[in-house]
This record gives sequence, structure tokens and C-alpha cells, in this order.
Amino acid sequence: MPSVPISPDASPQVVLELIYRLKVRDAMHSPPIWASPGESMRAIQYRMRDNRITGVPILDADERLVGLVSIQDVIEALDKGRIDEPASETMTRTVIVLEDDMPLSFATSYFNRYRFGRFPVLDRDGRLVGVVTASDIIRALLVAMNEEVQKLESKLAERLSAENPPEAGVSQLAFPIVRFDFENAGKASAEIKKALKARGVDPAVVRRAAVASYELELNIVIHSEGGTLSAAVGADSVEILAEDRGPGIPDLEAAMREGFSTANEWIRSLGFGAGMGLPNAKRVSDEFSLDSGPGRGTRVRTVIRYKGATE
Amino acid sequence: MKISELGTEQGFRSLQSDYADRGLGGGYTSDLLSDVMANAKSEGVLVTIQAHKNTVAVASLIGIAAIVICNGRPVPDDMIEAARAEGVAVFHTDKSQFEVSGLLWPALGAGTEGAAPRA
Repeated sequence: MPSVPISPDASPQVVLELIYRLKVRDAMHSPPIWASPGESMRAIQYRMRDNRITGVPILDADERLVGLVSIQDVIEALDKGRIDEPASETMTRTVIVLEDDMPLSFATSYFNRYRFGRFPVLDRDGRLVGVVTASDIIRALLVAMNEEVQKLESKLAERLSAENPPEAGVSQLAFPIVRFDFENAGKASAEIKKALKARGVDPAVVRRAAVASYELELNIVIHSEGGTLSAAVGADSVEILAEDRGPGIPDLEAAMREGFSTANEWIRSLGFGAGMGLPNAKRVSDEFSLDSGPGRGTRVRTVIRYKGATE
Repeated sequence: MKISELGTEQGFRSLQSDYADRGLGGGYTSDLLSDVMANAKSEGVLVTIQAHKNTVAVASLIGIAAIVICNGRPVPDDMIEAARAEGVAVFHTDKSQFEVSGLLWPALGAGTEGAAPRA
């Protein structure tokens, strides 16, 4: 293998990770500038001009978001002679919002999907906590990217020296897994499955390995700060190893109990967080061990043998 | 029952036709992907409202042949693209998961027993 001047697996990955690791709250403008439904469109237009912004969320008396006034709405009010009327007459009432703990990857997909210039940001209780624009996101990413590049360069030497040669007859696969990267979730498991199929392993065994690796892969995506899923595909068994960088599992017994999950609402809305991940992985495995604790990483090791299965 | 008959017999709208048409070996209804992983039968149909590409990833990993998206949930383009790449059939219907399961039961019910062994 030719030598590569920078670590081939880590560097682009780290940059990519930023959009999953950084939250909307890391990029948004806060506190937000807002207006009441009773204020005139003209007053809101002045506020936009003075603050150099292109949209103002409208909050009612209970400080709940009821609408948004954009430049477009101001132009329409001027056109229809409603510039001195209250904002409630002209404002956009169907407002698409982001949550402050969504990853920036979600926010960027919203900008692509809806083509709005900005999104109001709500917290867990539905209160307006900020406004985020595309340029806010780019700025936050650039700052974080700079920091990452510096860290990468200092770690480079030790990473290169840590590479060790694989055992003969065993195919070693390793995949960096990124927090909240639902776009690529499952790709590592698909590669492991492909390697097992290529060896001619029994389809029922391949399925068990696919279940274990997918559950462990998704656990890293959903619950960790990022990590690695690796597999050693041997002559008579496959060992799957999931290691992450934290934050660790405080209660191992609860984590192994079917139905227990710490996943939040938007993760559940994707069909994850059913509290079956670790129990599923254990059920399909011939050997299973879990090592974790608060403040450190989690390490799950499973072995699935091609013959003499437990089931 | 063949995969294509989900369209021709049941009237579900086919969203992508890049799949090998073959007999279905049962079915499973669930919106929890871990539950699907644990219990859905290989070569079966998955009845669900989870319209996103992770559903295709799960289907592909455990060998689900077809996905029926219920309740008229919008299906994003990247899900259809992923399904095309993996050769997983995707159908769409305004009916609920309950109705679709009932419609498919006479043809596929016998194939759903003993879906996956539980410890």
C-alpha cells in the first residue's frame, strides 16, 4: 500500500463529522429579534432594516410563535397598501421551525428542502430561542473546522505509528461512525454483510451478523459522540466490535432491558430508539460483552460463529 | 403472491420497479426498525409508515423484498433512490397499516409464522 501523507481515514471524516456534531444552537443568532402580531408592518420593516435581518418571528402574548414576517411579506404589504396595518394581516402563518438540539446536518437539509432564508429555532418546550440563517451555519462550520484541523495535525504522527498489521486469513474491516449521520447509517453493516456473503457464509448466519452490526452501528450514530465499527471476518466466526468516544452508559442493566431507551423524540420519529438495540444484538450473538461507564467510551464485542449457533 | 401483485392486485402505487419480481414469503407490520430487524421475515413485505432511507437500509440488510408505505406518507426521493440501488420494491398507499395488513393476510398470512427465532 502506498504511503499517504495524512491519515486516510480520519481527516475528511472529522470535517464531515462537524455538521453532525454541531447543533443548531451552536450556529443560531440568540436572543432573537421578534415582534408582536399587533405591530404594524412598517414598524417591523424598520426593525429589519436597523438590525440588517431579513425575517422577524412573530410571538403572541404568551410568547408562542404564531408567524413570521419576511422581506417578501413586507413587499406584499407595500403592494397591497397594508404597510400600516398590523403584522397579523400579512405575516406568514405556516412557519417551518428547527429545534435547538437538532444537528446542523438537519438544518442544512431544511434549507435545501424549503428554500427559506432563515428558520426560527425553538427549544424543547417550544419557546423561541433564536433564528438561524444559511450564513450562520457556514460561519459556525468554518470556525469549528479550523479548530479540528489544528487538532488533526498534532495527532497525525501518533495515528500513523499506531497502525498494526492484520492477522493472516482474517479480513479486517473498520468504519468510522459519525454521530447523527442517519444519511450513511447502515453502510458499515452493509459492507460487513457483503464480506460474509463473499465467504459463502450461511444466509441465516449472515442475517444474525447484519442485525448485530446494524444495531451496534446505530447505537453509535444515535447515542455516542462518534466511534468505530470494526469486524474481523475469520474462517469460522466473525467478531464485531463497536467502540465509541463517550459519553458512556450510566446504567448497564437498564440499557440491556428491552424497551428502555434514552433516545429523544425526533430520533424516535425515525423509527429508532425502541429500546431493542442492545438486546437484539445480544440475542443474535454467540458471545456478547459490554463495557461502559459514565464519562468514558462504550465498547461492545460480539462474536457470531458460522456453525453451532445458539439458536 | 408476487411482489408486482402488490401493484396489480392490491392497487398500491409502485414507486420504483428496479427489483427482481418473485414470490413473497410472508410479511411484517411495524414502524420500529429494531423490531423489524428482530422479527421481519426474509423475502417478505414490510408494511410501515417509516418513509425514509434508513428503512431501505434495514430492509436490505435482512433481505426484505418489498416495502409498503401506508397512510399516504410522502416518500422522499433519496429513499426511492436507495431502494433502486438495493433492488428493494417500494409501494405507496393511502390505506393504513392495519388495512394493508388485513388485505395481505389471506395471501401471505401463512408465511408470517415463526418469522425469526427468539431466545
